[in-house]
Amino acid sequence: MTTETQQTTSAACETCPVHNAAALKKLGVDMTDFDFVVALAGNPNTGKSTVFNALTGLRQHVGNWPGKTVSRAEGGFSYGDQKYKLVDLPGTYSLLATSLDEEVARDFILFGQPDVTIVVVDATRLERNLNLVLQVSEITNRVVVALNLMDEARRHKLQVDERRLARDLGIPVVPMSARQGEGIPELLQAVSEVAKGEVVGKPYRVKYVSPELKRAVEQLTSQIESAFPDLPNARWVALRLLDGDERIAEALRKGELGDLTHGSIEARSAQLQVIGNQ
Amino acid sequence: MTTYPLNNHEDILNNAQSLRWEIGADFHEKLMESIYTDASQIADRAVIRPDKKPRFDLDRTIDRLVTSRVWGFPLMILLLTIVFWLTIAGANVPSGMLATLLLDTVHPFLKGVFADLGIPWWIDGFLLDGVYLATAWVISVMLPPMAIFFPLFTLLEDFGYLPRVAFNLDNMFRKAGAHGKQSLSMTMGFGCNAAGVVATRIIDSPRERLIAILTNNFALCNGRWPTQILIASLFVGGLVPAHLGGLVSALAVVGVAVLGVMLTFASSWALSRTVLKGEVSTFSLELPPYRPPRIWQTVYTSVIDRTLIVLWRAVTFALPAGAAIWLASNIVIGGDSIAGHLINFMNPFGLILGLNGVILLAYVVAIPANEIVIPTILMLTVLVTGTAGVGSGAGVMFELDSDAQTLSLLQTGGWTLLTAVNLMLFSLIHNPCSTTIYTIYKETGSKKWTWIAAVTPVLMGFAVTFVVAQVWRFVESLL
Repeated sequence: MTTETQQTTSAACETCPVHNAAALKKLGVDMTDFDFVVALAGNPNTGKSTVFNALTGLRQHVGNWPGKTVSRAEGGFSYGDQKYKLVDLPGTYSLLATSLDEEVARDFILFGQPDVTIVVVDATRLERNLNLVLQVSEITNRVVVALNLMDEARRHKLQVDERRLARDLGIPVVPMSARQGEGIPELLQAVSEVAKGEVVGKPYRVKYVSPELKRAVEQLTSQIESAFPDLPNARWVALRLLDGDERIAEALRKGELGDLTHGSIEARSAQLQVIGNQ
Repeated sequence: MTTYPLNNHEDILNNAQSLRWEIGADFHEKLMESIYTDASQIADRAVIRPDKKPRFDLDRTIDRLVTSRVWGFPLMILLLTIVFWLTIAGANVPSGMLATLLLDTVHPFLKGVFADLGIPWWIDGFLLDGVYLATAWVISVMLPPMAIFFPLFTLLEDFGYLPRVAFNLDNMFRKAGAHGKQSLSMTMGFGCNAAGVVATRIIDSPRERLIAILTNNFALCNGRWPTQILIASLFVGGLVPAHLGGLVSALAVVGVAVLGVMLTFASSWALSRTVLKGEVSTFSLELPPYRPPRIWQTVYTSVIDRTLIVLWRAVTFALPAGAAIWLASNIVIGGDSIAGHLINFMNPFGLILGLNGVILLAYVVAIPANEIVIPTILMLTVLVTGTAGVGSGAGVMFELDSDAQTLSLLQTGGWTLLTAVNLMLFSLIHNPCSTTIYTIYKETGSKKWTWIAAVTPVLMGFAVTFVVAQVWRFVESLL
């Protein structure tokens, strides 16, 4: 596993959870008795549910997303002294919110701000799967890639260089075969390191084909950054606004984006109190 | 928590808006392209294949061919033509054998049994000449083509070809202002429009879903394939020497199907420019790996799941229809049967459209199921022309021994090539069957849209056949 460590937020407490408890509650996730919340993303047919079952065992609960007809599974696991809640997101190829599934997954990562997002990836179809990884890591730098189906890759005589991959993506990559239980301990370790802030990713940023595009993105990004100095994903917000994403424009108007800048000390301590009271 | 002055938000949004104008409308595509390019670069660096030179990848080669800009559409049409040609050429023999069994052997036998038992003529006529013959006709005319067409189509599906068709059509749907996934619901509509309407659930945007529902009718469903296939092989295939007949009729059927696809685009385009305006949403379509089709399993399931279910539906509608037609042809009011009155009433309007009263009445009778159009037309034609020596008299559905005999009967009924062409067009465009209409009502929950979905195609069908008939007659008068 290769990681590049860099401090990106001005957090007062590096090992504290970063998730947005109030927003999570709205998304139907009750964080009572849990320290961290972990989201599980991935394309369909990557063995995502196998990873989910391997991590949570029988401690799972199946329901619907609030107000949506999309079903959701959540479960829990302990690692070290911490308790983690694991939320299974719908399987999607992208996060551009063009379908209900994509909207649900996107909103959870954006507004719920999970402490870690695991992206399960099919090692035999890396190219297609990386599209989602790149999109998730534009929103959050707290990503771990679970490079699943390594057994199938071996059978197809494919060698995947996970160290190279981790270096290029700028986030931890864990090779595994969830069906055989291979790689689960390593995944748990990587998740806990990212959750506690011991490892901070510095994700790869997609390059843009034309200079005009680059200029437009940079101009808008710096404007957003000056308005919301603590927003962790200003560039992504800029991209969405340029793409005409009404949901994000609305979030900006309503001040929901302001809520995401909880890297600020006040927000942190307010959340800690909430957790402490329970 | 820090709060920010509100005008900041508006500034950002305004700036974003003006930048959007500068960077142009294809930002989304460029964004996707950048993501895909970078993903593929990163993947390339991370994946090491044991043999240095890139291995021959069959999937990728096939994909390059069937989704290519140049070859995609010709290959699609070629594959469809082969499927129809096999269906048309292969169905004749078993169709004839079934007809011999059910109509020439079983029917006279039952007639004999009824006569021996001394059963009154009207019970005998109602049950044997109405109900039994209608059912037997539907089975002998529909079972063989379906038993060939469905397994072939399912094999293509199983092989993984249909997502590629959707891929080829996606761009055109987007240009028409509709959702690319409409190509999937349309492909489903080629099987059954009711199923196609249900399949539009995969489209999330209500606007685009409604477009997909309203235009699904133009995907030729399997209730209409037999009509197209029979009329094409009688009239269009008859224009050329016998050895080319099968191929030319297959091409005519493909032509009608392609026309249906073009009508789908045209009406989607019209809807999205007028009553259903809005932006097009994008999606990612997975092209699954090709799999060698599991031939026996496919044949088995397509015969059980599709052929028998569709046949059963046709039979359940043919039973009452056969009874109704027999009654309408044998109850005489004022010197003519009920059916005769109706046909005479509709005939003038039918002739203006290049059709006739028989065809229009058949389409009214066939609202519950398009499958029984042809049997009804043949039976009513006998009634009107009073042709002696075929079938067993008024109000009797029958099977003619050969295509030649069917052709000569229709020609006696005043049919020309124009009638045949317009019947094929009307069969493509006219209203969806009652099951589909009910499904549209359930899916949209709106009486207004259901009405529009039911009535607009009929009017379009009238308009198209009218124009074709006028142009045809004008050209004929010049020759």
